[in-house]
Amino acid sequence: MSNPIKAVALISGGLDSMLAAKVVMEQGVHVEGVNFFTGFCVEGHTHAIRKRKGRAPKRNNALWVAEQLGIKLHIIDVIEEYKRILLNPEHGYGQHLNPCLDCKIFMVKKALAWGFMQDNGFDFIVTGEVIGQRPKSQRKDTMPLIAKESGAEDRLLRPLCARNLPPTLPEREGWVDRNALHGFQGRNRKPQIELALRFGFNEWAQPAGGCCFLTDAQYSRKLADLWDAQGHKDYALDDIMLLKVGRHIRPAPHFKLIVGREKGENHYLEGYRRQFTALKPVSHEGPLCLIDGAPSSADISLAARVVARYSQGRNAASVTVAAEQTDGRRQELQVAPFAPTEIPTAWHV
Amino acid sequence: MCETPEVLDARGLLCPLPVIRTQDRIAALAPGTLLDVMATDPGTLQDLPAWCRVHGHELVESAQSGDEIRIRVKIR
Ligand code: SF4
Repeated sequence: MSNPIKAVALISGGLDSMLAAKVVMEQGVHVEGVNFFTGFCVEGHTHAIRKRKGRAPKRNNALWVAEQLGIKLHIIDVIEEYKRILLNPEHGYGQHLNPCLDCKIFMVKKALAWGFMQDNGFDFIVTGEVIGQRPKSQRKDTMPLIAKESGAEDRLLRPLCARNLPPTLPEREGWVDRNALHGFQGRNRKPQIELALRFGFNEWAQPAGGCCFLTDAQYSRKLADLWDAQGHKDYALDDIMLLKVGRHIRPAPHFKLIVGREKGENHYLEGYRRQFTALKPVSHEGPLCLIDGAPSSADISLAARVVARYSQGRNAASVTVAAEQTDGRRQELQVAPFAPTEIPTAWHV
Repeated sequence: MCETPEVLDARGLLCPLPVIRTQDRIAALAPGTLLDVMATDPGTLQDLPAWCRVHGHELVESAQSGDEIRIRVKIR
């Protein structure tokens, strides 16, 4: 065949997009995947920072899916562009700070631009959307909206629920057989699991809330706190990466403590210690703590008492904590650890 | 044959950024070229080989000393 029909599939790393790609591949379509890195993505690694028993292997799920499918995967950095979507979503936020509808439109638009670039020559876009699967972004009325506002129009095929939607260009042109597509709807995952097993997949990643941290209540709270403290909505990549780890404790609007909860997180925070005032107990084993903001020396002493509370010296009369400023100045503080009740719940972000 | 590899410094970047930078760099390199990717995120040891497999590039070797990772890729 001279010119095979080509589709770009949005691959999140979850089951639905994996199945959607597979359904069209089964029809002889050449599929390549795209995956967008917004900075909020839930990947194997960020999940694996905390050393939990029985955790999933460290891997990038989107790449893993591509490997299972035997397709190429193009990972695209959209960190900067994504700010516009998250800071000012035209269609608003979902349950938390997840701008799912704007996000979907943005991603389909980006996939379209990538796939239809002169050299790439793709014919249509595939997503794993299912009507009724997500209350905000995957509804019967949002499906045409995403197709229209992304500019993909009827070149956007949702193989898992296509039978519940009007025929798209790939179906009308006979590039894919509508009868071999599916009519899934609602939140029931059974049809997807059956299809996965039929394809011989017996392992898949299934993030609970969605494909990114923005659907997580706690993460969204930390992000809202960051915006409150700054007095405006904005962020840098480091800010949002740091929201993924540690205990976040804000004793006052002008500074926040990020305290590692275990070895993996302490190691992760190590990578940032030159950018922040960093505290670490020296008389006892204990966590690394970064201070975000402009702490005074009284604030640093208070932070040291918090750090001491989370150290092995929590029951000792005094703990020595080293504090290192960004300019390399280092001091040691002898402090009395806070009792758990002395740290107000309101400080915990 | 002794050829000098191209070098990509992805140290300090967290996954998947080292993979994205590698992908973008490779797009501009000719087949047969060797590329040494320097990184510090241990996730790179998993992700870069996986990315090479799905794109058909050859992973020549990967080495780690201390926190530093070096992965040599031959572009196909
Ligand atoms: S969960 Fe996150 S990545 Fe997925 S559509 Fe919503 S905002 Fe976008």
